[in-house]
Amino acid sequence: MKSIVLYLHAHQPLRVKPYSVFNAGIDHKYFNDESDYKDTNNRFIIDKVSEKSYIPTNNILIELLENHPEFRLSLSITGTLIEQLQAWRPDVVESFQRLVGTGRVEIVAETYYHSLAFFYSRAEFVKQVAKHAEIIKEVFGVTPTAFRNTELSYNNDLAFWADEAGYSAIITEGWDPILGWRSPNFVYKPSYTEDIKLLMKNYKLSDDLAFRFSDKNWEQWPLTAEKYCHWLSESDSGGDVVNLFMDYETFGEHQWAETGIFDFLRAFPNEWLKNDNHDFKTITEAVTDYQPKDYVDVPQTITWADTERDLTAWLGNSMQHDSITSLYDLERRIIDTEDKELIDDWRLLQTSDHFYYMCTKWFSDGDVHAYFSPYESPYDAFRYYMNAWRDIELRLLDKEKV
Amino acid sequence: MLGWELPPHHAGGMGIVCYQMCKQLSKTGVDIEFILPYTAQFDIDFMKVTPAHHQTADEVKFSGGVYDSKFFSQTKVRTSIGHLDLRQQHDLFAHNVAKLVETTEFDIIHAHDWLTFKAGMIAKQKTGKPLIAHVHATQFDQSAGGSGNPEVRDIEYSALMMADQVFSVSQHTKNVLVNEYGIPTDKIQVVHNSMDIREDIDESKNLYCYLELMKQSGYKIVVSAGRKTIQKGLTHLIEAASKVIQKNPKVIFLMVGGGEQEDELTNLAAKYGISKNFIFEGWLNGTGKPWRDTFRIADVFIMPSVSEPFGIAALEAIGYGAPVVVSKQSGVAEVLKNCYKVDFWDVDKMADMILSLVNYDSLARTMWELSYGEYKSQSWENSAGKMKHHYHTALEGVAN
Repeated sequence: MKSIVLYLHAHQPLRVKPYSVFNAGIDHKYFNDESDYKDTNNRFIIDKVSEKSYIPTNNILIELLENHPEFRLSLSITGTLIEQLQAWRPDVVESFQRLVGTGRVEIVAETYYHSLAFFYSRAEFVKQVAKHAEIIKEVFGVTPTAFRNTELSYNNDLAFWADEAGYSAIITEGWDPILGWRSPNFVYKPSYTEDIKLLMKNYKLSDDLAFRFSDKNWEQWPLTAEKYCHWLSESDSGGDVVNLFMDYETFGEHQWAETGIFDFLRAFPNEWLKNDNHDFKTITEAVTDYQPKDYVDVPQTITWADTERDLTAWLGNSMQHDSITSLYDLERRIIDTEDKELIDDWRLLQTSDHFYYMCTKWFSDGDVHAYFSPYESPYDAFRYYMNAWRDIELRLLDKEKV
Repeated sequence: MLGWELPPHHAGGMGIVCYQMCKQLSKTGVDIEFILPYTAQFDIDFMKVTPAHHQTADEVKFSGGVYDSKFFSQTKVRTSIGHLDLRQQHDLFAHNVAKLVETTEFDIIHAHDWLTFKAGMIAKQKTGKPLIAHVHATQFDQSAGGSGNPEVRDIEYSALMMADQVFSVSQHTKNVLVNEYGIPTDKIQVVHNSMDIREDIDESKNLYCYLELMKQSGYKIVVSAGRKTIQKGLTHLIEAASKVIQKNPKVIFLMVGGGEQEDELTNLAAKYGISKNFIFEGWLNGTGKPWRDTFRIADVFIMPSVSEPFGIAALEAIGYGAPVVVSKQSGVAEVLKNCYKVDFWDVDKMADMILSLVNYDSLARTMWELSYGEYKSQSWENSAGKMKHHYHTALEGVAN
């Protein structure tokens, strides 16, 4: 038997509006840009992505689940996205609920805020994972058994933590320098852990969809379901699993409907299941049904991002370090205020996307495709962010006076 | 090549641009004879410098320069040739160039800005050689979007229409030429300016001793350098400065440059009650130590021009180590990514940008480091290659 483990990650941050230093101390709302058609208008983005991606994709997934009893997938959806959908697009929340309601869609645990808290404050990280579990329980009525960290960032420490926390599976990038001669198409065990198993993304096959699908310069364009399923079955033909991990927004947002991505999504499970030795599994099913082949040791931190597969897109320059340490430096004092609004805003500023927008790696090259930002430049991103941080600090000082 | 100035005997950025441009052009095998309206000593071995007539550089300068089109026929100055105003200087140059071309061998006439355009046109009429009109600044820019001196505009228009090719220093300037002057777009080539890279580190003591001391006690220095004239948008900068100082009083603004707005700007700073945060310096020679030290002292360089054909000073500032804020209405914004770009009128945003640069070293350092990479890659080599290519196009055009 060979199983596809399809995992989709859905996330939207709350973007900071163009927030001037002259707002600080006066305007305590950082995420409420309501200007028309602006990429910092969060409601506008949620509407746009819902129409282009979430609604049509969920409709196809429901159809697939109804037509194919063997079809399964795993899904992670951040707290910041759920919050925004609840506020502005409850219909999308319902469509996700219908998916999970089939019992064949697994929800994966993560931090509520899509943050890098694991690398800055373990205490804060644990609180955010718990908060995510709460909202998942509340909205979907399930408790996750598999874990993913922001941007599939991963190291031995994280696996150790997730094992202790009782998760049965954790996922990360199937990065060649880590795997060496090994194939990503097996279940593995993280070093220094007891029970937890590890699934590693087959990035070549995943990126065929996520990045190359619409690329007319790609020699394999156009990609058909037949061709793709052929590759899937040929990929390390002795392998147990093919881990196709990608952003949910691949469908309809990164790859627009016009590229044929939806027709592809509708066709490919049917094509795969034509062979009796093929099926789909959720992440937890995969680690339950297949034996781990080896230990995988990851002392350094890896992610699923860029050619470097590290955190440099978020923490690569001194602006990013400056802003993130400024934020975490406030932790104890913020928590001590017990002011829910203040703590929530401080946490919303932890979302990794804020730091990604400050990335300068590709800025000079003008490679805008590698990099999406609602701001004109990484320097604007930094400025608005730090101005908001100033307001947080002023609110904190105000609280501490009382 | 017809020009009005060359360093070290020059008034503004254009002289430096001409010097560096010719240096690179000669490296690519172009023989240049540079004709100037004055006689002076130059340490130049890559081209021949020929005076059109005998007077000193200062005499020309006192009659007015390329930036003084307003006083085109007003200020008469006693020179060794007689009492001349700028119009007479301009006519005399054309007259003498017309005589020179009879005895000189050349293939192309390359004229820089309006003061040399008449000479360029006459040279073309007399010899039939192709004329390249190189636009560094227009009346439209200098009057900050107004019409400028109509006589000068006429000269510009005639030369641009008559020219076989037009070089403009930015897309910004090309747009002005197309929209304001009605010059056909396919005749205009954008040839961005560059700045020769400085490899030598100047470790001499900075002349701004006071500012050095203030920096040691935590002050940050924001520098602007350019003529104090409406085109440069300095009143907007003073308004932004008043907002900056409200939030951070440890910022000093150094404004360098001569110009008719000097008194107005001093009064404006006083009106906002921020005179003690302002230091006004007059005109400085663009090759001297005071000019270099102006950039060296800067924590932030700002160029808030209302309309700036290029804005070479921003590149120069980066070369000396300062991150820059430039107006979106400047040509240099087309070649720089790692800087702040702001509409000249958006004083709140300008203040916000200045504040973030003086408050956060991480921002200033990252922006400067990456802009320095851009500055280094913005070499004259590309521009010289492009110009040479279009020389050939112009020659073929005339031959046909």
